[in-house]
Amino acid sequence: MIMEYKLTYNQFMQGLEQEKLLGLVCNGCGAATCPPLGVCRACGGQELRVAEMSGVGTLRTFTVVRVAPEGRTPPYVVAMVELDEGPWVMGNLEGLPLDQSNMDIIGKKVKVGSRRVQTKLPVQENQRSLTFHLI
Amino acid sequence: MREVAVLGVAMTKFGVSDKTNLEMFAEAGLEAISKSSLNPKDIQALFFGNCLGDFEEGQLHMAPFAHAELGLPTGAPATRFESACATATVAIRHAALLVGAGIYDVVLAGGTERAAGMGTPLATRTFAMACQAHHESSAGITFPGVFAMAAHMYAHKYGIALSELKRHMAEVAVKNHYHGSLNPKAHFRKPITVDTVLNSMMVADPLQLFDCCPFSDGAAALVLAEANKARELVEKPVFIAGTGQASAGSLYLQRDLTRIKAREEASRQAFSQAGIGPQDVQVVELHDCFTIAEILALEAMGFYGFGSAYKSASSRETYLGGKLVVNPSGGLKAKGHPIGATGAAQVTEIVEQLRGECGERQVNGARVGMVDTLGGDFGTVCNIILRV
Ligand SMILES: [Zn+2]
Repeated sequence: MIMEYKLTYNQFMQGLEQEKLLGLVCNGCGAATCPPLGVCRACGGQELRVAEMSGVGTLRTFTVVRVAPEGRTPPYVVAMVELDEGPWVMGNLEGLPLDQSNMDIIGKKVKVGSRRVQTKLPVQENQRSLTFHLI
Repeated sequence: MREVAVLGVAMTKFGVSDKTNLEMFAEAGLEAISKSSLNPKDIQALFFGNCLGDFEEGQLHMAPFAHAELGLPTGAPATRFESACATATVAIRHAALLVGAGIYDVVLAGGTERAAGMGTPLATRTFAMACQAHHESSAGITFPGVFAMAAHMYAHKYGIALSELKRHMAEVAVKNHYHGSLNPKAHFRKPITVDTVLNSMMVADPLQLFDCCPFSDGAAALVLAEANKARELVEKPVFIAGTGQASAGSLYLQRDLTRIKAREEASRQAFSQAGIGPQDVQVVELHDCFTIAEILALEAMGFYGFGSAYKSASSRETYLGGKLVVNPSGGLKAKGHPIGATGAAQVTEIVEQLRGECGERQVNGARVGMVDTLGGDFGTVCNIILRV
């Protein structure tokens, strides 16, 4: 059997550009996988269909990066969000003053968006990363 | 599987070096071979660890050049291992597996790294390449950031005030710097206080500079052999009682960062193979790249219950003289962290502890010791249990 990757990185990026957070839903167990993998993250199933996620989730943890990799301008907030459909994603919390980016934001609902990858180093034209805004 | 033993072990001083990766490895490798009563011509294979030679020196495919530096026989294959910070431990484990399987009788394993030479911005960027490039590094995550997110999650999950957790984390740094002050090979040899940590610059909230290990230069190497051959060659062979290694994907797939699943599985494998449990271990060299990392490691390996290891250093249980001595070398925190060499230096410390060769920082009566190394954002964990 020839395996064809169901939702490629480039397709995932194109989705973000159109303000769609795409993922995969497993025909076997129903779990959502986002960002995409070769198989269902929950059961390893390979019967997957592309689906749009709601783009809403809950902030689970965060940090304020103050010493950044070459090419990046600190400070900025990196966070992990649990989507309402189940998968966790990593991105940047935006639109909140840094002094309010503290333990109180854990558990808050966020809306997921995206933007061009923020770096001074050369990256692929279409490369985007996720953003989160408190709802 | 045949029984496998460690013979000679050696490491360079960790810190800032003006030597190349190959020069440092040659020093460690030749010393380890000589301490094993062997010649380079006796080595049947080289298991060589290096992570970032391409960024550090423009050097890929370093293993055959290391092979030449040491004068190993052409028929002894030299292979480069890369598992981020767990690189050398993974190389050593695979060396032990192939000796155990009877493919080789005598091999050299270890690693080298010039991380300090890169400077902070490039080192921060290249270390972060061990996170998933497309969906993690693209958000500007750094290694301190990964463990910072774990620390916030730990405080939230167990209902500990962040300020209280940070004081206990600082005590881990104080302990490891104290241990490092007793180790002539350590990068940092100055004791610090809780205030040193809490007054240092913020790197990734809530981790401050002294919650973090340094970027270091250094190399370490050891000879492994089939146990009977080892007994013929050296007075005090140290035996590999068990090993384990496990893998996990991106942080967002792992979800609960307080539970490092790859470590729970790797240490379970190692304990099971050794036929012992955490209570049988007297000394551990574990992956304290950040203060919170030591706490997470102690819990995942079963030395403490989940949510309880944060007080381990403040209670002094993990100090020299405590019930389980953790990182007597100073750990990654004070001994230093030349990533491709780190695991080999951890094994070196445990072997020397079990041989009673550690002087001021000797763990009295140590008979079983354990090595724990974590690579990437919890993607690789490798454990090795050693005994006399
Ligand atoms: Zn499934």
